[in-house]
Amino acid sequence: MLIKIEDVTKTYSTRNGPIRALDPLSLDIKQNEFVSIVGPSGCGKSTLMMMLSGLVSHSTGRISIAGKPINGPYTDIGIVFQQDTLLEWRTVIRNVLLQAELRKLDMVKYTERARHLLEIVGLKDFENMYPHELSGGMRQRASICRALLHNPPLLLMDEPFGALDALTRDQLNVDLMRFWRESPTTVLFITHSVSEAVFLSDRVVIMSARPGRIEDVVDINLPRPRRLAIRETPQFLEYSRRIGRVFESSGILRED
Amino acid sequence: MTQAKELALPQMRATPSTWRRWLAQAETPYALISGLAFFLTWQVAVDAFDFPAYLLPSPLAVLKDLVLSWDLLLSETAVTLFEIVLGFIVSVAIAMPLAILFTYSRTFERLVYPIIVGTQTIPKVAVAPLFLVWFGFGLLPKIIIVTLITFFPIVINAVVGLKSLNMQTVYLAQSMGASPLQVFWRFRLPNALPSVFAGLKVAIVLAVIGAIVAEFVGADSGLGYLIIVAATDQNVTRQFSAILILSVAGILLFGLIGLLERQLLPWHSSVRRDALVDS
Repeated sequence: MLIKIEDVTKTYSTRNGPIRALDPLSLDIKQNEFVSIVGPSGCGKSTLMMMLSGLVSHSTGRISIAGKPINGPYTDIGIVFQQDTLLEWRTVIRNVLLQAELRKLDMVKYTERARHLLEIVGLKDFENMYPHELSGGMRQRASICRALLHNPPLLLMDEPFGALDALTRDQLNVDLMRFWRESPTTVLFITHSVSEAVFLSDRVVIMSARPGRIEDVVDINLPRPRRLAIRETPQFLEYSRRIGRVFESSGILRED
Repeated sequence: MTQAKELALPQMRATPSTWRRWLAQAETPYALISGLAFFLTWQVAVDAFDFPAYLLPSPLAVLKDLVLSWDLLLSETAVTLFEIVLGFIVSVAIAMPLAILFTYSRTFERLVYPIIVGTQTIPKVAVAPLFLVWFGFGLLPKIIIVTLITFFPIVINAVVGLKSLNMQTVYLAQSMGASPLQVFWRFRLPNALPSVFAGLKVAIVLAVIGAIVAEFVGADSGLGYLIIVAATDQNVTRQFSAILILSVAGILLFGLIGLLERQLLPWHSSVRRDALVDS
């Protein structure tokens, strides 16, 4: 078991008194497993992810990664946010290398790796450009390269493709799958899109509205490697329907 | 993944011939044309309506004064320029650390910010005579006034810039193991620079005003002093010479800050020519 989340809650104190963001929540994630979390806005998905990184503290319960309890910033990770958070004053390659700079890694070796990663996502010819010269999809690709530069054993992705158009989004799903196949790592992927979650994941965790709790966990037993066309197969649609039904039965989605 | 190139926003537009592109990008020729037109109109008007020189001298008369008295004007300009630059530097040296303290300590901000706003509502001309009494005719009161008048826009803009780093970027930095000091130097400060420069540009223009105000109140040298003396002598031409020098000095100083900005922030929209086109 790589990640153990046991009875974790989160309560924010606000001017109007404490607000409970997460009900007691438990989840185990295996090594090199791809787990997606789907749920309505404000259900605490992002909070859960940030608590794994130790950047946001949990109120009660225990979180451990590879046996080590998380009580402060945990740096053995790569993070991708919905906003690409590229630094506008650095070129693409220097944005990716920021990871190596701050971790004091061997710059020569990691420059080579950065070039390799950028090449995979088709940014080879753009490495010396500034972020403002790139499209939204290219920017997000660069930020994924940055998150993967140091081969993190855990990759946290908070709606990374949420701001992209459907076509770019598909392409990035494919790119991400390719990275994950080449160097497997544990991924916690947060998304609004059921089909994206089913396409990418080994397991999909469905969360309820605030205070967030786990409604259901669905194992996705689709063969890998998956191609985009798998989304039209009956098995895939069945998984999507099952997740949709959980949303309906728990009242997250209402039709009348 | 080869689609990346097709997905990129097209940067290239139809390429015009070289001189056309130069004309489209350069601003100096435009400024020269409008400046020349201005002086020409002025000269023609003075000649046509036969204004007396004690009311409005012609540009040529001013030019003549500039050429004939260049050594005097140059030495007085040096005095004023020194006050402007030194006051500006002192101002930056005080304003930047203050802005950093404001950014990191809400308590400090609450305590000190109202005082700073309070001092800004007092017109500097009103306190200048006090400085004359306290610090005399020398350099010090000039530096103080230039500093007082310039440091407000620098502080305000720097604080806005320093506070504008979004939380996700801070998280990202921390996830990479960045120390608070590293977050400041590698993330917060560079992110604030465009805003800092906006403040510096306003401040350098105000610095010129500050120096002249200080010299008006009490000085024995400088362009402000020269204007006062010329006014008592009813030498309008000399006053225009000084004003012209001040204006050129202001433009050059402003341009210098702009040049520095372009060198340091080639990535920022205030510097980019394509900013309006593709953002």
